[in-house]
Amino acid sequence: MREVAVVSSAIHQVEALTFTTDVQLMVPLINEARDAVGLTQADIGFTCSGSSDFLAGQGFSFVQTLDAVGAFPPIAESHVEMDGAFALYEAWVKLQIGEVDTALVYSYGKSSPGSRRDVLAVQLDPYTVAPLWPDAHSVAALQARLLLESSAVTVEELAAIAVRSQRNAVGNPNALRASADVTVDDVLAGAVVADPLRATDLSAEADGGCAVVLAAGDRARSLCERPAWIRGIDHRIDAHGLGVRDLTLAPSAALAAGKAAERAGFAADAVDVAELHAASTAQAHVLAVAMGLGGTGSGNEVRIDPSGGSLAADTLMAAGLVRIAEAARCVSRGDADRALAHASSGPCLQQNLVCLLGGE
Amino acid sequence: MGTLGERTAVLGVGQTKYQSTRGDVSIAGLVREAALRALEDAACTWADVDAVVIGKAPDFFEGLMMPELFLADALGCVGKPILRVHTAGSVGGSTALVAASLIQGRIHRRVLTIGFEKQSESNATWALSLPQPFSVSINAGAGGYFSPIIRRYMARSGAPELIGCMVAFKDRQHALRNPYAHLQQPDLTFDQVVEAPMLWDPIRFSETCPSSDGACAMVLGDEEAGDAAEGPVAWVHGTAMRSEANNFPGRDEVSPQASRDCAAEVFAKAGITDPRSEIDVAEMYVPFSWYEPMWLESLGFAERDHGWRMVEDGSTNLDGGDLPVNCSGGVLSSNPIGASGMIRFAEAALQVRGMAGGHQVEGARRAFGHAYGGGAQYFAMWVVGADKP
Repeated sequence: MREVAVVSSAIHQVEALTFTTDVQLMVPLINEARDAVGLTQADIGFTCSGSSDFLAGQGFSFVQTLDAVGAFPPIAESHVEMDGAFALYEAWVKLQIGEVDTALVYSYGKSSPGSRRDVLAVQLDPYTVAPLWPDAHSVAALQARLLLESSAVTVEELAAIAVRSQRNAVGNPNALRASADVTVDDVLAGAVVADPLRATDLSAEADGGCAVVLAAGDRARSLCERPAWIRGIDHRIDAHGLGVRDLTLAPSAALAAGKAAERAGFAADAVDVAELHAASTAQAHVLAVAMGLGGTGSGNEVRIDPSGGSLAADTLMAAGLVRIAEAARCVSRGDADRALAHASSGPCLQQNLVCLLGGE
Repeated sequence: MGTLGERTAVLGVGQTKYQSTRGDVSIAGLVREAALRALEDAACTWADVDAVVIGKAPDFFEGLMMPELFLADALGCVGKPILRVHTAGSVGGSTALVAASLIQGRIHRRVLTIGFEKQSESNATWALSLPQPFSVSINAGAGGYFSPIIRRYMARSGAPELIGCMVAFKDRQHALRNPYAHLQQPDLTFDQVVEAPMLWDPIRFSETCPSSDGACAMVLGDEEAGDAAEGPVAWVHGTAMRSEANNFPGRDEVSPQASRDCAAEVFAKAGITDPRSEIDVAEMYVPFSWYEPMWLESLGFAERDHGWRMVEDGSTNLDGGDLPVNCSGGVLSSNPIGASGMIRFAEAALQVRGMAGGHQVEGARRAFGHAYGGGAQYFAMWVVGADKP
């Protein structure tokens, strides 16, 4: 595998970008990520983005956002209708071929103009499930209920995950839900919004975007004091039907973590920090178990969601890329030697991507 | 070959019959039909496939958000990686190129790639006409967008008025020799093409593409898989993608620089210096008839302002032309949007494998596949050949 690293990133997440177009959102972020390593678009070998027409309310919406890049002279470019983490994967593949040494990856989502929980219902089987309009909170609640019924976790443990996220998020300017002194009792005092989930169990819906610059080998070393090397990256998908999966498990997350570990030469439980893309505290628990974070006998304590994770700010289409950016920052700052970033897509963690990062 | 990375081969191709409505199958059934045919052609099973790359045009066309999630089961993808590409009209081509990059980058050994559209599930006019808060729609549709650009080409090149009709008539004749083509009009006359109602002057109804349901799939493999194949494979000689901004002063909308740059890269990678003589057959994305002469020029098959002469003298005809274009009938005869680009790439592969049936170009050794999208901003191209590069 060719050595490829995250050399810079820019993140912006807020509750609602009411009067901001996607282009206005992305221009400063793309500039910030490129400027941080002194690159202009002419220096970028490949550009890849992720977004959703269903959030923009417009077909081909990403075409306009290309204006934020400055695509003239013409650029080698692609787009996935997926979270930006998958765009990063495509760019990483492109860098593996060896034709180019640098890549720009960005993604963004503005879900505030609509009802996200209802919009996500149209991800479900269009013939037998979507017509019933099961909203995303209710679907997440089914998963959480199954998890509680299986005795894999208690309500108090889920509350503790919410507390961890809020406390870690303190000081993160891109977090929407942060508190230095919140307690499990505080969380449990909150009202249930989709039984058994409280508002604090559900990820804080954000509008925003993220831009990341990747570079290969010595190019990365010349651009950045401490590149966050992508040691292993893999993604897998599970069956779609909610009724054909055991929703208390995430086999595709376990598989992706295992495949990424094969390339990286170290396992998910050997990282210092992990950034998880979960829509609920229950999903955060399922993921930690699936990927073996914490308590599998390695004796290594993994700090989960040092930024607060997606529970503290969840930008649809960008939350996964934000996880990679946050994990890479931990490595580049020297806070971690090894980090895991996770991204997911689909109902109840159907699709999962795992990126293992490391310092020199 | 100028490009780095693993040699890549097209091992198999699968297509559905393109038609207005495939009411007999679900979206899952449609994509599975194409995928199974591609696997059969490649002499592969689901177990041989390492990853899937799927592409389609806007999700609004079916009203299904991120359909790769729902389609994972139908595409034998459980426990495997799946990527979903969307690059406007060029998406079918871009999807094939992302799949190829997984082989070229030595990530996987065999990749299934598929493009589809099932326009009958929703309403494309609704999907493309949603009101936007920060902009005013001219509600002109794609034809309204491209007709002034075509007018510009006609004025610039001095092309006779009926060149577009000649392209449309030729492609519909070609379609009669492709059983998968949507439009089958054996009794169509050139006069009928000319007399068809004008939709967006100068584009007649007869000079536009239909709206189709359909899917096209390919199985791509690495060098070892290509060598091991019992039947003929198509080797990838070059790939390229380019995009440019939609709107800026001085933009050449008739022959965008992204198109010219993309062609220059793909031919350089394939070691081609004179596309006209070195390419035996081309499948180009021509949703409106006039785009055939326009792309012939932009891609370097003809001198500037001379592309229409190739149409006029029959150079792009399957019968007797030295550079047959769109022998399958092209986008003008079948247009399942998300698959349309991939059909161009797949038809190019079928030609060099000698498997294009009734629309085969005798002795085709090198073929060109092309797709474009957006406001003629997004380009995806490949050159495939019968010989290993």
